[in-house]
Amino acid sequence: MEGFFQALAAGLLIGAVYGLMCVGLGLIFGVMRVINFAHGDFMMLGMYTAFYLFTAAGVQTLFGNTVGPFVAILLAGPVLAVFGYFVHRTLISHVSGTRTASLEGEGHYAQLILTLGIALILQNGGLIVFGSVLASIRTPLSSSAWELGPFFDMSIFLNKARSIDMIVSLAIMILLSLLIMRTRIGKSLRAAADNPTAATYMGIDVDRAHRTAFALGCGITAIAGGLLATNYPFHPFVGLEYVIVMYAGVVLGGMGSIIGAFWGGMTIGLVQQMSTLILPTQLQNAAIFAVFLLIVFFRPQGFFGRMVERT
Amino acid sequence: MTMLRMRSFLPPLLFTVAYAVVSLGVTNSYYQLILTLVPVWAVFGLSWNLLSGYTGLISFGHAAFFGIGAYATALGQIYFDISPWLLIPIAAVLGGIAGLLIGFPTFRLQGHYFALAMLAYPLAILYVFEWLGYQEVTLPIKRDAPIAYMQFSDPHLYTLLGLALMLATIVLTQVIERSRFGMALLAIKQNEAAAEAAGINTLAWKLRAITLSGAIAAVIGGFYAQVLLVVTPASVFGMLVSAQALTVAMFGGVGTVWGPVIGSVILIPLAEVLHAEAGARIPGIQGVIFGIAIVCVILLAPEGLFWKLRDLLRKRNAAKASASDTVEKAAANVTPLRPASQRAAAGEVVLEVRNLSRSFGGLKAVQDVNFKLHKNEILGIIGPNGAGKTTLFNLLNGFLKPSQGEVLIGGRNMSGQRPHVICEAGIGRTFQVMRPFLRMSILDNVVVGAYIRARTDDQARQFAADAVARVGLSAVADRVAGELSTKELRLMELARAIAGQPRILLLDETLAGLGHGEADEVVAVIQQLARDGITIAIIEHTMQAMVRLVDRFLVLDHGAVITEGLPEVVTRDSRVVEAYLGKKWAGHAAN
Repeated sequence: MEGFFQALAAGLLIGAVYGLMCVGLGLIFGVMRVINFAHGDFMMLGMYTAFYLFTAAGVQTLFGNTVGPFVAILLAGPVLAVFGYFVHRTLISHVSGTRTASLEGEGHYAQLILTLGIALILQNGGLIVFGSVLASIRTPLSSSAWELGPFFDMSIFLNKARSIDMIVSLAIMILLSLLIMRTRIGKSLRAAADNPTAATYMGIDVDRAHRTAFALGCGITAIAGGLLATNYPFHPFVGLEYVIVMYAGVVLGGMGSIIGAFWGGMTIGLVQQMSTLILPTQLQNAAIFAVFLLIVFFRPQGFFGRMVERT
Repeated sequence: MTMLRMRSFLPPLLFTVAYAVVSLGVTNSYYQLILTLVPVWAVFGLSWNLLSGYTGLISFGHAAFFGIGAYATALGQIYFDISPWLLIPIAAVLGGIAGLLIGFPTFRLQGHYFALAMLAYPLAILYVFEWLGYQEVTLPIKRDAPIAYMQFSDPHLYTLLGLALMLATIVLTQVIERSRFGMALLAIKQNEAAAEAAGINTLAWKLRAITLSGAIAAVIGGFYAQVLLVVTPASVFGMLVSAQALTVAMFGGVGTVWGPVIGSVILIPLAEVLHAEAGARIPGIQGVIFGIAIVCVILLAPEGLFWKLRDLLRKRNAAKASASDTVEKAAANVTPLRPASQRAAAGEVVLEVRNLSRSFGGLKAVQDVNFKLHKNEILGIIGPNGAGKTTLFNLLNGFLKPSQGEVLIGGRNMSGQRPHVICEAGIGRTFQVMRPFLRMSILDNVVVGAYIRARTDDQARQFAADAVARVGLSAVADRVAGELSTKELRLMELARAIAGQPRILLLDETLAGLGHGEADEVVAVIQQLARDGITIAIIEHTMQAMVRLVDRFLVLDHGAVITEGLPEVVTRDSRVVEAYLGKKWAGHAAN
């Protein structure tokens, strides 16, 4: 029983960060309908950006070892947003958005292989620049825990760094929701996601909405990556491990639903942690995919999605 | 016909022979390995193309089949001491079964959902194999009987075997491309719903495609294991393996037999040479250069090299030919048919709709609709936007299941049947939104619709040619659809619908977007079809054309029939005017 609650708590903590990670991708996917295979690698860049901001750019000396990492992680967001903005502007916009009308399959083939190419460049470029040694953003909080309880003779331990990760994730989710629901930018994003053609007729610059979504999505995932890095070491090819989790989360939540992507990521975190109760650890990831397939078969539109196919 | 077919097999044969000659000249064993890997990845790309390139359903999970083949070949030798000559065919069977098992549930999903769900299969299997302890499986060396175990001391033989597999796959793909099978897959890619309406059992064809695709991928996976003699979960089930299929196919061009071959011939040696030459000095630089190469080519040729080159060639030829191009135009002849009353009343009832209703949530899109369609009659269905006209058609041809009521075709209740079944019963249909294959000729576009009645490929071509002639497009039958005008596309859609020899034709806004003269030409064609004995129901907004065309009107508003009758009566009915223009104008009209 204690194991169950401990796994549940661990699942909720990691799930919140996975959720944020999925939201970044979900935003891009929901607005642009582009499958971005390089998204895991944008997250990898976010991890390294946070790492170097912390160790080399003076954040450590200014804010110290406890607060410093989180400051660096939050700063990595805007850096990656700017980077994402330029990648979209120079590369991705050529095969997406309003330019793709004339292409076979609305340019999906071109988008896939283009982002695969970008992923290759980022991974191998990362290898050249950062080296293959495992890096991590350790804080003193990473190896200590709060004890909840004891309730009915059992206590649950919450890793301090992961708990703060969860709080940061939730805070950013709330800020993002406000941005999307309350502001003009958010409105144009929602309109472009809902019906790009109609949005164009209403005077919304859909390509600009795409650029905004791409930048925002990269920034958010970068922060999620930084948060993960407080507990998990990373390397230039780490993106491959997470990009699949991200897509699973986005599909589970329902494509086009941003809050859905968060719950999708949360589900994956929970499944991953809870599966350790009954399955060997090597099958943790197999369990994720099995649950993913089951959910998709029974609810193809995801938790929050809707069927939009028309004849 | 057979001559033409034989001739199309010549380029792949020549290419294979040339490749074999070059490979025999290579002595360096590393280069020889690269030369073997090119056909391996080409075949894998072709297997992916067979499913994803032709149906448009992108699979991110082809490594599942590749890995099953590789592990079957490796484990079969280790545990049962079976020769790979036997194991690779067994792998094909396993791959086919895996395709069927994966396809059946996954084809319920569409578009991106399908693509991403496919991602999950190889990865789930990957972790299971790791857990089972097959992290690294080495094939046993058989010194006593190397040939019987496909272990050649001369690496050239691997290349030749790989080439034989590639040639076989290319020829198989070419045969499929031209057959009913290939046409069905392309129709699914274009518009799955329209394919069903054209009489194609889409699920059955998709399952055949994924089964065959899985079998080919498993064969080449087994061969790959035999070439490298080591199998690891990541190297056969990994995400990068699935990505390899996409990369070679998309780089070269999707939906053509040459795409994956071109992609593989360029990319595999490039990647390997970069890996050996540059990667040794600066680890990672090979990936960066490879990535940049892919990005640059895709920005220049977003649909792949093959299509880019073909478009360029076509443009050059077109420029040459345009001087001698003569424009011929069929004269429009709109002649009145026999008086409507004579034709309509006499005919037997071929389609009867009884109490048909359908609601979406609280919205009653079609409510309690009753009407009869008589043999040889042209029935016009009109009504304001949102009146439920297209929904009515969707109920008639099986896209939607009615909430209530019956659709009797030739006296048999067919309501709730799948569209391809209803098409077989003799109902053809066209769509408001056209989605032709822009790169295919008009004739090829039309053939898709003919297979429902045709028993052989030749017969289907014959039916298609007849249909094209009946709509007056014979002169341009060889042109690709991308060069056509809206009018010609509409006529082509019409030809596709009649190629299946329907008794009843449902036309959804066939005149939409046409100019005055153009509409007259299309009207003339529809009249001729009616003279030839096809019963027609047409939805249309252009009243002018409709009044001359139809025998009888059925007027819908808010999903219900408000009136029904002869054109001259219906157009004066105040309820009709009101439905179209509002109460105020109904008053004006009455005065």
